[in-house]
Amino acid sequence: MMRSLLFLPGNSPSMLINGDLLGSDSIIIDLEDAVSPDDKDAARILVRNALGFFRYRTTVVVRINGLDTGYWRKDLEEIVPLAPQFILLPKAGCAQDMLTLDQALLALEQANSLTPGGIRVIALVETAVGVEHAYEIASACPRVAALALGAEDLTADLQCKRTKEGAEIAYSRGRLVAAARAAGVECFDTPFTDTDDLEGLEQDARLAKGLGFSGKLVINPRHVGIVNQAFSPSAADIAYAREVMRVIEEGRAQGKGAVALHGKMIDKPIVARARQVLDAAEQMGVKA
Amino acid sequence: MNKLVSSLEEAVRLSGLKDGMTISFHHHLRNGDHVLNLVLDAIAQMGIKDLTINASSIFDVHMPLLDHIKNGVVTGLETAYIGAKIGRELSRGLLPRPIVFRTHGGRPSDIISGRSRIDVAFLAAPTADDHGNFTGKAGKSACGSLGYAFADAEHAGKTVVITDNLVPYPLAGASIRETCVDYVVQVDSIGDPAGIVSGTTQITRSPVRLQIADTAVACIEASGLLEDGFAFQTGAGGISLAVAKGLKDKMLARGVVGSYCMGGITSYIVDMLQAGCFRALVDCQCFDLTAVESIRTDPRHWEVSAAQYASPTAKSCLVDGLDVVVLGATEMDFDFNVNVHTDSKGNIMGGSGGHSDAAAGAKMTMIVAPLLRNRIPLIMPRVTCITTPGNTVDVLVTQYGVAVNPARADLRSRFEAAGLPVKDIRALYQTAIALTGEPTYPQRREGKVLAQVFYRDGSLIDTLYCVE
Amino acid sequence: MWKGMNHMNLTRAAGAGTDKSGDVLVWAEPGGSPVQIEVESSVADLFGGAILAAVQETAAACGVTAGRIRIQDKGALDYVIRARVETALRRSGGEA
Repeated sequence: MMRSLLFLPGNSPSMLINGDLLGSDSIIIDLEDAVSPDDKDAARILVRNALGFFRYRTTVVVRINGLDTGYWRKDLEEIVPLAPQFILLPKAGCAQDMLTLDQALLALEQANSLTPGGIRVIALVETAVGVEHAYEIASACPRVAALALGAEDLTADLQCKRTKEGAEIAYSRGRLVAAARAAGVECFDTPFTDTDDLEGLEQDARLAKGLGFSGKLVINPRHVGIVNQAFSPSAADIAYAREVMRVIEEGRAQGKGAVALHGKMIDKPIVARARQVLDAAEQMGVKA
Repeated sequence: MNKLVSSLEEAVRLSGLKDGMTISFHHHLRNGDHVLNLVLDAIAQMGIKDLTINASSIFDVHMPLLDHIKNGVVTGLETAYIGAKIGRELSRGLLPRPIVFRTHGGRPSDIISGRSRIDVAFLAAPTADDHGNFTGKAGKSACGSLGYAFADAEHAGKTVVITDNLVPYPLAGASIRETCVDYVVQVDSIGDPAGIVSGTTQITRSPVRLQIADTAVACIEASGLLEDGFAFQTGAGGISLAVAKGLKDKMLARGVVGSYCMGGITSYIVDMLQAGCFRALVDCQCFDLTAVESIRTDPRHWEVSAAQYASPTAKSCLVDGLDVVVLGATEMDFDFNVNVHTDSKGNIMGGSGGHSDAAAGAKMTMIVAPLLRNRIPLIMPRVTCITTPGNTVDVLVTQYGVAVNPARADLRSRFEAAGLPVKDIRALYQTAIALTGEPTYPQRREGKVLAQVFYRDGSLIDTLYCVE
Repeated sequence: MWKGMNHMNLTRAAGAGTDKSGDVLVWAEPGGSPVQIEVESSVADLFGGAILAAVQETAAACGVTAGRIRIQDKGALDYVIRARVETALRRSGGEA
């Protein structure tokens, strides 16, 4: 369960030490945008050592460089032996991208005596073509665990301005959620980039949660708590879900075909949703 | 009676200062102070030697003091704090006699009782009249409170007031009165405002330090002490300020109205007063312009003497009424002893200030500090110098968990009930050295004595040795 | 630890790391055998021995038996020192 996925720059010792301390459900150690071309080699060696040294308890995602660069294979060669749980592939554009990465990972997993397919992949969709191919990306191979939206690069590609309200990415958000759910994978929303606007962050995270995202990328540690909160079931949600389960049980015991709660029929989708809420609450350790 | 004299030299001559005497200074102008350097230059010109300086603090701006030590003008130093840069130089053992460290409360206690004699006090005055009434609340070098100057003014053999803002008699609302003052000298500038109100007065932006502050606020809430009448002190370090900010939100949310707040007063503390978190601020030292403006204009913002703030022998002592104090630490050991005097090499880089006074008085003394500063662990088996004894320290808050003094089982159970990450201090040490490796601590308890560290009651609590 | 080579000759001067606190600057260049190591560290008192050992072990693991390695440490943890030394050595000898 990943409500928050916090980016940490890959070449920064002072940030790597904090991987387990910032409260995020996972960390994305970045070898791509946060690292200058001159230091790609330094960063992948540092990150490899950090993974061995810290043995993070937090779920580890490593963002490698794009398939259109000369870096990504070297990134994998250094990182895969340390078996991070996830690789985040930037600029995922089509199913073939996922298969290319899958093959490279498979070869390295076998060379390092790791479980084939054990390292899962999150596809960062941040191009127009990626959005239009979202479902084929999500369903390209079993290794794909999630889609994530990268709205900064995407809006440049869409030739529109990125706004806080996010009307320009409404379509992409909806498309990604539908594609991910259709393929049976998770879906993570784009980061909120204004460090100091915590109210705006909360609104943005609640919107994403409302759209069906499972969690959100985070670029500032101060945003972690709010994002975790937004993607956790609320006390009211949990209480309602418990009530739903209770009346369903009672109805079953009394042999009733249909039951109602507060005058509203409890049908199958409502029960399914209640189960999801209670499962999520249990996994997150959230108490009502 | 004409107290206004034409020059510092004239004031020194009239004061009767002789070889071997003790002169004193306050540190309200902090790292912007010109007065200590001006006075020593004048004294050196006059050929007086072998003086002891008793200053409430020494800052890096006082580097010229080193020359006056080398040429024999100054042979003794008594203080509560020494800045890191000048401290490193002094740590090589430039002074023939050991430095005497007292606390901010111990210093006025010793001055008032006569244990510590001051022959001539040279007191920087941001605004004064020619009879010697003076205040820090106005003038181009305004510094706010003059709390550390009271004991000196009242108990020195002779008191010289040095001002760069001489106003017509009488100065209304003076902090310190003409009845204490022998001579008044006008100079061009007593200080640099940029240095007077600078310092560690910015809230931290480090996510880990902010998280430490959040945990500290949660500890205060769990302690059971955050009720109406709550009395609080915090330092001016980045984490401490973040604690103040978080505590403000908590107090407003819970509708708690505290009694008083003290410590180095910053804009964050003034915000708390203005938001209604406290009924009064008691101020021995202002750290920024907002604090200076507040003490000048807001009657709820009191100026108090160092004796009233922290002296163990005063008839009233504000630290004794504290519920919670939040302090920093350079080193801390398994017995909860805290060092804020030296770095790990044994170089002087601070001093108690009011650290051990507030720790002794407060119902709950909290240390907030990162477990590691780069590769240096905060916790060690035995601190390099005991500034504040462990039996007055209750809680350590780090980013890896909270340690509670074993003597405070009550706090431990409250914290655990609140779900706070309580750890044994030795477990935190193990966490640290799993990351840093086991340090090889230097043995330096021999050779020439650098400094004697006196606890607030006058007892010798530790001895420092010179660093090569 | 990188095990890409059994032996590496340092062929050019190269550096790695940063001067930020918690990091370390490393310079490697060709030189005589055995490897000559110079350590300057803000935490030399507490960790001087461990730092030197980390540099030596990394050089050995990279197969470097000759050359000169200089480090200026600002309190970097062990894994950082090893990573930066390895990077400098590979820049100096292995990869272009």
